Amino acid sequence: MTDHRQHANVYKADFAKLGESTVTPQLLTIRRQALDRFLALGFPTTRNEEWRFTNVAPIARTPFRLAGGDGARIDDRVLNGETLDPGWPRLAFTNAHATPACSSARVRQDSLVIESLAGRLAGEPRGLPPDLTKHASFDQEAFTALNTAFLDDGAYVVIPRNLVFEDPIHLIFVSAAGGNGDATVSHPRSLIVIEPGSQATIIESYVGLADGVYLTNAVTEIIVGHDATIDHYKIVREEPRSYHIGATQIHLSRNSTVSSHTISIGGALVRNNITAVLDGEGAQCTLNGLYVTCGREHVDNHLRVEHAKPHCDSREFFKGILDDNSRGVFTGRIIVHPDAQKTDAKQTNMNLLLAEGARVDTKPQLEIFANDVKCTHGATIGQLDADAIFYLRSRGLAQETARAVLIHAFAGESVEKIRPQPLRRQLQQILLKRLPHGELLQEAV
Amino acid sequence: MLEIRNLHAGVNGREILKGVNLSVNAGELHSIMGPNGSGKSTLAQVLAGRDTYEVTEGQVIYQGRDLLEMAPDERAREGVFMAFQYPVEIPGVNTAYFLRAALNAKRKHHGLDELDAVDFLAFVKEKIKLVGMDERLLQRAINEGFSGGEKKRGEVFQMAVLEPALAIMDETDSGLDIDALKIVANGINHMRNAQSAIIIVTHYQRLLNYVVPDYVHVLIDGRIVRSGGKELAIELEEKGYVGIEGTGAATQPVTAGRGVS
Ligand SMILES: Nc1ncnc2c1ncn2[C@@H]1O[C@H](COP(=O)(O)OP(=O)(O)OP(=O)(O)O)[C@@H](O)[C@H]1O
Ligand SMILES: [Mg+2]
Repeated sequence: MTDHRQHANVYKADFAKLGESTVTPQLLTIRRQALDRFLALGFPTTRNEEWRFTNVAPIARTPFRLAGGDGARIDDRVLNGETLDPGWPRLAFTNAHATPACSSARVRQDSLVIESLAGRLAGEPRGLPPDLTKHASFDQEAFTALNTAFLDDGAYVVIPRNLVFEDPIHLIFVSAAGGNGDATVSHPRSLIVIEPGSQATIIESYVGLADGVYLTNAVTEIIVGHDATIDHYKIVREEPRSYHIGATQIHLSRNSTVSSHTISIGGALVRNNITAVLDGEGAQCTLNGLYVTCGREHVDNHLRVEHAKPHCDSREFFKGILDDNSRGVFTGRIIVHPDAQKTDAKQTNMNLLLAEGARVDTKPQLEIFANDVKCTHGATIGQLDADAIFYLRSRGLAQETARAVLIHAFAGESVEKIRPQPLRRQLQQILLKRLPHGELLQEAV
Repeated sequence: MLEIRNLHAGVNGREILKGVNLSVNAGELHSIMGPNGSGKSTLAQVLAGRDTYEVTEGQVIYQGRDLLEMAPDERAREGVFMAFQYPVEIPGVNTAYFLRAALNAKRKHHGLDELDAVDFLAFVKEKIKLVGMDERLLQRAINEGFSGGEKKRGEVFQMAVLEPALAIMDETDSGLDIDALKIVANGINHMRNAQSAIIIVTHYQRLLNYVVPDYVHVLIDGRIVRSGGKELAIELEEKGYVGIEGTGAATQPVTAGRGVS
């Protein structure tokens, strides 16, 4: 608490410097309300039930300055490394500022929109996109309040009615600490609207440019119209000393289908707040996830699935692989409203601990207010299966290879669910490097 | 090829093998029979290197080397193969990938070139015919969702691919219907040769109708209490193990326990 009070001035000072000229009065009001709310809430402590297992004191304690977009430039090397397919529409951001040089030409034809939010806010017609800030409430969420207070730029995507947009749309958020070693914060803010009957694939990649202390505080609102489909991927690959707090707020209408994948493979502290509101009959929502941690990393996936209407299905499938002294947290809250009959909700969280010091806290939270529902949940925390290791060794695979084979098989179940092939391959390569003895596998493949 | 001398092994301080003696030469096929819980699988697992079992006494010499000093994977690369009584399901690990890794680990160990995916597939498709299994099995996860019989046949298939010098088959015949049994027996006969040895652990004489052993041993309560030729299996089938013990094997453990050399 005191820490945040100490640094409140830092946030206030940077808030005062925000450009106001290009911004509508409506947005100014929202920003001010959000700042006030943030100052009133303060950073959460572990006394807050929603943050019981994740201590953000290191964030509260650090005077993060608002990162400039010009300080760090994405060089071609980073971008080339991140480009999954040169043909895909791509928006790149440096510290939450659009970096047009690294984005493919912005698309704005008929009512298809793939552009930076700042571009939209500054352009014509003026005024906020109607859905912006409507879904990600900052009333109880300090980080969302902070993001909203600094709402400025991010991705803005609208897939108009009945359009099947084939190519995945790739949003790349690069963060970097200040050049002189200052800790910096950026607040990417994205709005994705999939209008009724349309279909799209969205990939959000969050990566660090160079080692340093920074905080990426992202909020993405995804609004899925009736009979629309979205395949969404959020990949978190921040630097070892950095923090990532991200909210994915998904709103589903009647007969819409969402599959969202949250893959966390880097960052000292990563918290993914993933909220889905199934707000129309027949909506189907699948939330998949994979987290791979080592060292002293901490990854917290905080899911909230709200069944507001009858006949909706939700599936959550999260897997974790934890090494060294790292820690994982999984909270899966499923709320079934009184009239959400025939809800079918299923939650699975499986964890593989690779070291004595690794630890996981996993917690289902079912709040069911309807009587005709099917809700199941299951969580496992275990080590590699000794019988399986012996079986592989008894055929000649060295111990390390046997372990690597099993670890990758465990991750594989999540990776195989990733549909865009270039993304899947990129993650497979990253996992080969990141998981123990992956090099032995490349040899064997 | 294999010389087991006074082998004692157990688990958590409980002795299961109480002085096993057995010697197996290249080209021979031995059968070990015995009632439930007599220690047959324990013997097989100890030979394969399962560290659950602690060897408290005795020696095992394999091709002139101390087998017990070798890690399980080294034993495998040196030609030891155990067909599991209960093959493990390993979700997410593709059978073809796994077998190629295993075969190449062995080839590399012996200074041979590793097989690429194309050569391997051609090689392995020949082998899978031997056990009459569907090629598509290669693209499935190891043993995952296999029926009991498929798992057993899968073990024989792996054995055919890895071409072991010493194979220990732990109840590979149980859970097989008569057709599958014939196929498996045919596969085993196909693999018999002058350079390699096979030890078949079984309850029943059934398999031995098709795979004729050179020697039959009876393991009871952690000791080989009798050894003989293939006719011993028939005697066991008729009289059961009680009869065997009754023949005085238990009263003459020293001579009976020496096994065949
Ligand atoms: N890992 C273990 N932990 C505890 N006891 C064990 C273990 N393995 C074997 N045993 C015990 O040792 C004895 C011998 O078991 P083993 O599996 O070797 O018998 P077996 O002759 O193969 O029997 P079966 O014919 O039923 O396969 C049994 O009493 C068994 O319960
Ligand atoms: Mg057994």
